[in-house]
Amino acid sequence: MPEAIHKPPSERAQRVFIYSVLLLFVVYFLAPFFVMFITSIKTMDEIRNGTLIALPRQPTLEPWLKAWGYATIGVTNEGIRGFFWNSIRMVIPAVLISTIIGAVNGYVLSKWRFRGSDTFFAMLLLGCFIPFQVILLPMARTLGLLGLSESVWGLVLVHVVYGLAFTTLFFRNYYVAVPSELVNAARIDGAGFFRIFWRIMLPISTPIFMVTIIWQTTQIWNDFLFGVCFSTGETQPITVALNNLVNTSSAVKEYNVDMAAAIIAALPTLFVYFVAGKYFVRGLTAGAVKG
Amino acid sequence: MRGKRILTGVATVLAICVATTVAWAGEVEVLHWWTSGGEAAAVQQLQKMLNTEGHTWKDFAVAGGAGANAMTALKSRAVSGNPPTAAQVKGPQIQEWADLGVLTNLDDVAKAETWEKLVPEVVADIMKADGKWVAVPVNVHRINWMWCNPMVFQKAGAIYPQTWDEFFAACEKIQKAGLIPVAFGGQPWQEATAWESIVSGVGGPEFYKQTMIQADEKALASPKMVEVFEIFRKIKKYTDRNAPGRDWNLATAMVIRGEAGMQFMGDWAKGEFTAAGKVPGQDYDALTVPGTADAFLFNVDSFIMFEVKDADAKKAQKAMARLILSPDFQVVFNVNKGSIPVRSGISEDPFDAVAVKSMADFMATAKSGGLMPSMAHEMAVSPAVRGAMFDVVTNFYNSDMSPQDAARKLAAAVKEAKM
Amino acid sequence: MLETALPKLVVAPSFVVMIIFIYGFILWTLYISMTKSTFLPTYDFVGLVQYAKLWRIERWWVACRNLLVYGGLFIVLCTTFGLLLAIFLDQKIRIEGALRTIYLYPLALSFVVTGTAWKWILNPGLGIERLVREMGWTSFTFDWLVTSEMSIYCVVIAAVWQSTGFVMAMFLAGLRGIDDSIIKAAQVDGAGLRRIYWKIIIPSLRPVFFSSFIILTHIAIKSFDLVVVLTRGGPGYSSDLPATFMYAYAFTRGRLAMGAASAMIMFAMVMAIIVPYLYSELRRKRHA
Repeated sequence: MPEAIHKPPSERAQRVFIYSVLLLFVVYFLAPFFVMFITSIKTMDEIRNGTLIALPRQPTLEPWLKAWGYATIGVTNEGIRGFFWNSIRMVIPAVLISTIIGAVNGYVLSKWRFRGSDTFFAMLLLGCFIPFQVILLPMARTLGLLGLSESVWGLVLVHVVYGLAFTTLFFRNYYVAVPSELVNAARIDGAGFFRIFWRIMLPISTPIFMVTIIWQTTQIWNDFLFGVCFSTGETQPITVALNNLVNTSSAVKEYNVDMAAAIIAALPTLFVYFVAGKYFVRGLTAGAVKG
Repeated sequence: MRGKRILTGVATVLAICVATTVAWAGEVEVLHWWTSGGEAAAVQQLQKMLNTEGHTWKDFAVAGGAGANAMTALKSRAVSGNPPTAAQVKGPQIQEWADLGVLTNLDDVAKAETWEKLVPEVVADIMKADGKWVAVPVNVHRINWMWCNPMVFQKAGAIYPQTWDEFFAACEKIQKAGLIPVAFGGQPWQEATAWESIVSGVGGPEFYKQTMIQADEKALASPKMVEVFEIFRKIKKYTDRNAPGRDWNLATAMVIRGEAGMQFMGDWAKGEFTAAGKVPGQDYDALTVPGTADAFLFNVDSFIMFEVKDADAKKAQKAMARLILSPDFQVVFNVNKGSIPVRSGISEDPFDAVAVKSMADFMATAKSGGLMPSMAHEMAVSPAVRGAMFDVVTNFYNSDMSPQDAARKLAAAVKEAKM
Repeated sequence: MLETALPKLVVAPSFVVMIIFIYGFILWTLYISMTKSTFLPTYDFVGLVQYAKLWRIERWWVACRNLLVYGGLFIVLCTTFGLLLAIFLDQKIRIEGALRTIYLYPLALSFVVTGTAWKWILNPGLGIERLVREMGWTSFTFDWLVTSEMSIYCVVIAAVWQSTGFVMAMFLAGLRGIDDSIIKAAQVDGAGLRRIYWKIIIPSLRPVFFSSFIILTHIAIKSFDLVVVLTRGGPGYSSDLPATFMYAYAFTRGRLAMGAASAMIMFAMVMAIIVPYLYSELRRKRHA
């Protein structure tokens, strides 16, 4: 970087400072992962006899293979691979539906306000603060009445319902910052409700879509409580399987397999972050807003 | 044998072809929390046996919190109007489900299989509601064990303790030798596990029954209970400061490695020793907690069966109940899980030394009255009372509360929880 | 005509769903809290008995106090760190993609297992304390996890670790939504970078602060796995939170009515904090 040399010293010091802070946080963030990873490539003998956070003496991939392919979970001996599909089948529709509804809601609540719209928004947000644990039983009853208990769609419904408040919140607060003149001008030009949404709002929404998708994917993929109560046997999501693998009441604990399984179970979400992250770019917006 | 297998094969094919119309092939959906390792291997045996009889097993496995998650899932399913056919439920909670009138009466199976004669009365009583069998016991774990590393004792010049005085003498010696006398995991259930053994060891069976089973407030606040708390507090001096929050198996590992002398834990601790390649009587010894040689605090797992309409499912349910107490399953399951059979008339051959001692004590204490349900492991009192006891015990152990205050608070908390 | 009805029609399904699945269930919980329900719901009305009993339980007080300490610290630290990281990442950092993923990844891991890793790191006999001592500083002490008065701060450390990344992502999205030309104009006017951030950019992120406050409050109130795995509420019940208290009573201990009562109190506590904030935020917008 030849230009860096020409920068004034204060600016260079600033860059150094920024990078140091960022890297310091990297250490804080990676420490648990480091522990998990080294544990996942140790043998159980080494874990039992050594320091838990020491580097492995004889690294092994066995725990990873076991977690993926042949660890015992319930009455099957096929690891956690089979449960991936259950989670994916539930996460994709739930994330898409809740994000789209959230985008439209946010659009209405920021640009098409009506009498009572703020009250509706406030109620939607406040409602989320009831602890989910207490609504398990009425939810179970409702799903039973709807004939959706133990089905993937029941679980999707639950996740959409309890995800709505936040998806709406994200989009509304993002759209609030968009100048209303844009919308008003379009209206005068005769553009309708959906046309404005499609032509003006959506093109500038990429960053907030990323945030919403990251949040919803994480929440739904990692949900345990609803998964455990509203699914059964072969439709259980991966978190329930992971929990079943990790928790024993009295069996010998295999920390290495547990850690490997946890990392494997997180891979799809990590993938989403990585892909979504690419769209976190400035510049998409500037032109569109001015347009 | 071969003929039978072919028959089964045919049956399975038939079952697939005409699914619901086959009269004797039903499906059982089983909620349980034996989801990994040896426990899961043990429960798979039951699935296999049911399959052999032509029934199918729909697994509903939910681990975590010693069955707490499974109970939450069970309640949601029951409320949605669609309970599983069988569920792993233990202790006084069996009664609670029975009170709702949703359980199947298993008296016919019990009669045909003579359960009354096979299962000790104390255990049988827990499985019954209004005198009718509504649950099937599976296995027995003994709680009042103390796991010792003989090398540590040797190094410290200490001897295995039979009484509390000897226990503390041994602790002193081990500590002087620079080792940790007691490997401890500071989680409420582990604290309660040790504590209830002390209740039994200090107060004897009568006192244990008054306090841990009847939850009698007078006994709970008595000087004897103060003494129990004093001993419990004294033990803390001989644990290391890193104990809070430690998982039980990491505490066991300390004994295995010879860093610590003893650990209070149920007989599942054996599995950790075995996995580490240790041999009982050589690398480690299982002693009863001081003063509890003639006591047997038990933790029995069991299944309840929900009332079902479908005739095939009913048959499958009954078959499952029968199989659970069959000698074949009792052996294969308990060897895998590290527990002992819950019924008499099982050969000792396949079991290790610790289990054999347990089996003998189980039958002997059943006669002497020393066979008692464990409070800590949800066998003795309602979950509400148990929770109240846990709160006081863990708060006492982790604060400087006086033993007198602890006994008083214990009685008060139990009283509140009973209301 | 259609033009005015259309927005309402579009949000109508959400409204119906909210009334049934959120407020209907809250009312149900409120009713259950005034019954004697034990392990399953029953509907015999007994009034406010459970509430009176609840406040006599010492553990509940500990849980409430912990929530204040934990929630306060958690929200402040996550917001500060999240904003800081977002601003720094927005300085044309070369490895932004990698760093962003590193900051976000804790969110992806189930705490059932990460909790174990944290437990080892924070345990004096296994983790940091031992490591530092082995490096030669033998008097170093870091034993919060096993100390009753300090264990709640360990929960804060792990919780901040888990959620900061998401707050960073929200702020980053906010920053990326700001029109570059505003910054350029200010720079032309001769304003320094620090001043631009302080006077122009951060104030314009107000809606993001609002979102992150709501989200973080929500996470704080519901923190459950974290405590269960990291400390099990211990030592003793010194790091218990209302959510773990509520779950224990409602499900594990078969005292559903009291669990419901504690949930309603939690709900009321949140109302007390959120409603004024929400009111002022929404009002401000209308007048702006």
